[in-house]
Amino acid sequence: MSDDTVNITVDGRTLPAKKGQMLIEVTDAAGINVPRFCYHKKLSVAANCRMCLVEVEKAPKPLPACATPVMPDMIVHTQSSLAREAQQGTMEFLLINHPLDCPICDQGGICELQDVAMGYGQSASQYTEGKRVVFDKYIGPLIATEMTRCIHCTRCVRFGEEIAGIRELGATGRGENVRIGTYIAKSVVSEVSGNVIDICPVGALTARPSRYSARAWELRQQPSIAPHDSIGSNVSVFIDGSTVNQVVPRDNESVNEVWISDRDRFSYQGLRHAERMTTPLVREGEALVPTDWSSALARAAAVLTPTPGSEADLGTLVAPHSTLEELYLAQKLTRGLGSPHIDHRLSQVDFSQAKADPVMPWLGMNLPDLETLNAALLVGSNIRKDQPIAALRLRKSALAGAEISLINPKRVPLNFEAAEQITVRYDRLVEQMHALAVAAGCDLSALEGAPGDAQVSTQHQRIVESLKSGERSAVMLGNLAAAHPARATLLYLARQIARATNATVSLLPERGNTAGAWLAGAVPHRGPGGVAADREGSNAAQLLAGGARRYLLVNAETDYDAASPAAAAQALHDADGVVALASYLSPTLASTADVILPIAEFTETFGTYVNAAGQWQTTKGAVAPPGEARPGWKVFRVLAEALGLEGFGFDSPEAITQEVQRACTSVELNNLLDADDKLEYPGSLAAPMVRSGETPIYRTDPLVRRSQPLQKSTDGKQAFMSMNASVLASIGASEGDAVTIDQGGARAVLPAKLDEAIPDGTVWVPMGLYETRTLGTVFGEVTVSQGGELPGEPAITAVPGIAGGQVKEAV
Amino acid sequence: MSSVPRDVTLPDPAEVLNAHSIEEIEEWMTRYPEDQKQSAVLAALSIAQHQNQGWLSTELMDAVAAKLEMAPIAVYEVASFYSMFETEPVGRHNIAICTNISCMLMGSDSIVEHCEKKFGIKLGESTPDGRIYLKVEEECLAACAGGPMMQVNHAYHTNLTPERVDEILDALD
Repeated sequence: MSDDTVNITVDGRTLPAKKGQMLIEVTDAAGINVPRFCYHKKLSVAANCRMCLVEVEKAPKPLPACATPVMPDMIVHTQSSLAREAQQGTMEFLLINHPLDCPICDQGGICELQDVAMGYGQSASQYTEGKRVVFDKYIGPLIATEMTRCIHCTRCVRFGEEIAGIRELGATGRGENVRIGTYIAKSVVSEVSGNVIDICPVGALTARPSRYSARAWELRQQPSIAPHDSIGSNVSVFIDGSTVNQVVPRDNESVNEVWISDRDRFSYQGLRHAERMTTPLVREGEALVPTDWSSALARAAAVLTPTPGSEADLGTLVAPHSTLEELYLAQKLTRGLGSPHIDHRLSQVDFSQAKADPVMPWLGMNLPDLETLNAALLVGSNIRKDQPIAALRLRKSALAGAEISLINPKRVPLNFEAAEQITVRYDRLVEQMHALAVAAGCDLSALEGAPGDAQVSTQHQRIVESLKSGERSAVMLGNLAAAHPARATLLYLARQIARATNATVSLLPERGNTAGAWLAGAVPHRGPGGVAADREGSNAAQLLAGGARRYLLVNAETDYDAASPAAAAQALHDADGVVALASYLSPTLASTADVILPIAEFTETFGTYVNAAGQWQTTKGAVAPPGEARPGWKVFRVLAEALGLEGFGFDSPEAITQEVQRACTSVELNNLLDADDKLEYPGSLAAPMVRSGETPIYRTDPLVRRSQPLQKSTDGKQAFMSMNASVLASIGASEGDAVTIDQGGARAVLPAKLDEAIPDGTVWVPMGLYETRTLGTVFGEVTVSQGGELPGEPAITAVPGIAGGQVKEAV
Repeated sequence: MSSVPRDVTLPDPAEVLNAHSIEEIEEWMTRYPEDQKQSAVLAALSIAQHQNQGWLSTELMDAVAAKLEMAPIAVYEVASFYSMFETEPVGRHNIAICTNISCMLMGSDSIVEHCEKKFGIKLGESTPDGRIYLKVEEECLAACAGGPMMQVNHAYHTNLTPERVDEILDALD
């Protein structure tokens, strides 16, 4: 027995415990039930509910197990009459003000208070006085409040302060007047706010979208994997009959601990959106009309079957949130048809130095390792919004003293203190990274034309110093870096800085299955497993600029996913044929597709997702897709059959996964590959005004885009042209005014928004929005002028054959 | 860490708090370590309340939050916890009549009754002209030797009679 282990006796059992551990941790590990409300294993100890009182011999009175450190030879009784009386007394007091509205409470059936009251409560109350009533304040579209039910455990308050890093809820007032809330009516803005629903032990905080829609005991539960970011959070899907009623986290310490982002929690609300397609559609004349699968497949085969010599005019674009199986089959089918043109990097613009692309973009470590970094530099990353769960972990490093610095084209919101935040116009990111590389004494021989007099500031020196001195440090590239016009240069400089400072290069894959797309071979220069392709095809930018005559789109919504949606729409309009596998109808798809095959979404299909740490996670479908929609892998199988292609006769989806696994057996993850070609140093632009932007948190994939609760939340409202006060003044506009942005003829009108996080000479105009689908690439020179007509609410693209947007129930 | 969330826009303290208040708050801030500015929150709220005829608006509390680099909800918690802070508009003269045991034995009930009749309001209410606020006083004000007693703004008045109360309160502006 090591020195820090002690033995204690609980209910007659001898249990080993670590010194300093709280009693409740030891009883929990031993499976001894001690009732509790305020204690939560991931939160600090508050010891305010008093429910976990137990008898400890030689102590004069019952002690709270959550706040009592173990002592050698401690003798504890959790079921003695002293303990039971104390617990029953606490329960009686907790129930004094708790309303007995269980029959109309969403928590009923999954309520910790109900459960504990069953075990420790009395059958009748002695209390006859008036009960406390709390009037609710609206705190946003995601969380419903019924604060009369609150028992003041403060788990939600501690979650905000300790885990999310944004203190939004608090305990105001005192004594009987204490209430938990935001004090003022305001929407909570944390991107992980929904977790308070799970940790609330009563029905005070419940999920607003699913409120009053089902009783807990009517729901079935299925495990699944959330596909909205490169964490691959483990979730449980609650199903009411044939519809998804709720999505909640499933514990997995190596992935998401016990938390999920609001995006993963509420995306399912988009499953029954009016744009959801439930029958195959084919174009007859101008219009898309519903049809049956066999005629749709025949039409699709007719478009996709090459005539001799035209094999290579097919281009396949597959969205990076698709399942590994869909990604793999898309490339297999495309290559099987004789075309090398397949890509998933729809929002990327810089494809240079392809040899330096790793087999898959990789975090360079496991997810829990993010908690123990000593220093990190984030380049082009809005990590809190793009990979919320990674940000929670990185925050733990920051709280432990890690120096985390950022270089970004906008000052991004953080839930930790940054050591240095360098915010420059996007075209000067390279200059900043170059200065860092010079400060770190990097070998920059592959970079040509770099200025000899790099402006190294004390900020740069401090960042380099922190990376060098940190035992575990990382240079991390995020979504903004991946979409940047000098992506390859940023990656090169990041690699060289990491080498010079002995740091890890860490790439945050942009979407739910970006890593899987690389492994599946959904890139034009590499096949499955990252082996070089026999024939290198065109990349997504080339294809979306009209580099093909016939297109196969898989889950791809070019209006929202393409780097340049205006050019992509033109390319599809000019094409000879467009076949789409999609779940939702979007404007350009509705006007250009010849055949649309409706496929299953998140929770509806088997699928494998590869996360940032390279973990493969497979999930089964939890519910049937609506109407005639079918899982993507099945559609590929029948489509391949219609095309007469060999090698698609999979009996089960697992057989597809195994085929990809076999292709990946020799994959070695490595972010430190080098290209042979030189890089030209991209100088900054002379243009007085540029556009910068990102895909906002709730515009990342088709399902999220259609989740109304997410769209109505603070982060969902992004249709603005944001700029700082001096830029706003320079165009003579005030906040809220209509402003027109012109990108070489491509235009959009948006309301101006004042945002001091945006650097000078920049208007921040996101991509992925309905309002910005008429524009070009997200980074570039633009002209802006006051005036223009603001667009109305985004229109719903009507799905032919479905009256009033009603979706037929699944068969 | 309890710093201001970046998602929250707080007012510029200099636009909400007057120069005198800021000077006083900054003086209080010098008494605590640089990284524990929030220690000055009670003093800062008192100063802010004093500037605003005896009550704290959300804007004032937000300005204090910005000044002390605290999350606004943490400031609301403090302001709503302590009975000496008012978070709703009240009359500009704060009259707190002690009704705790010693004063009660010495006849504070009649003082309360007299004041309520005099101003036509109940404890916890303000006169419609915004002049007088009769505070609900929860705790003993530690002047038991001179009960019944009351606190008018910052001054103690002991050994009260209805006549003495009239004299004191009529002298207010």
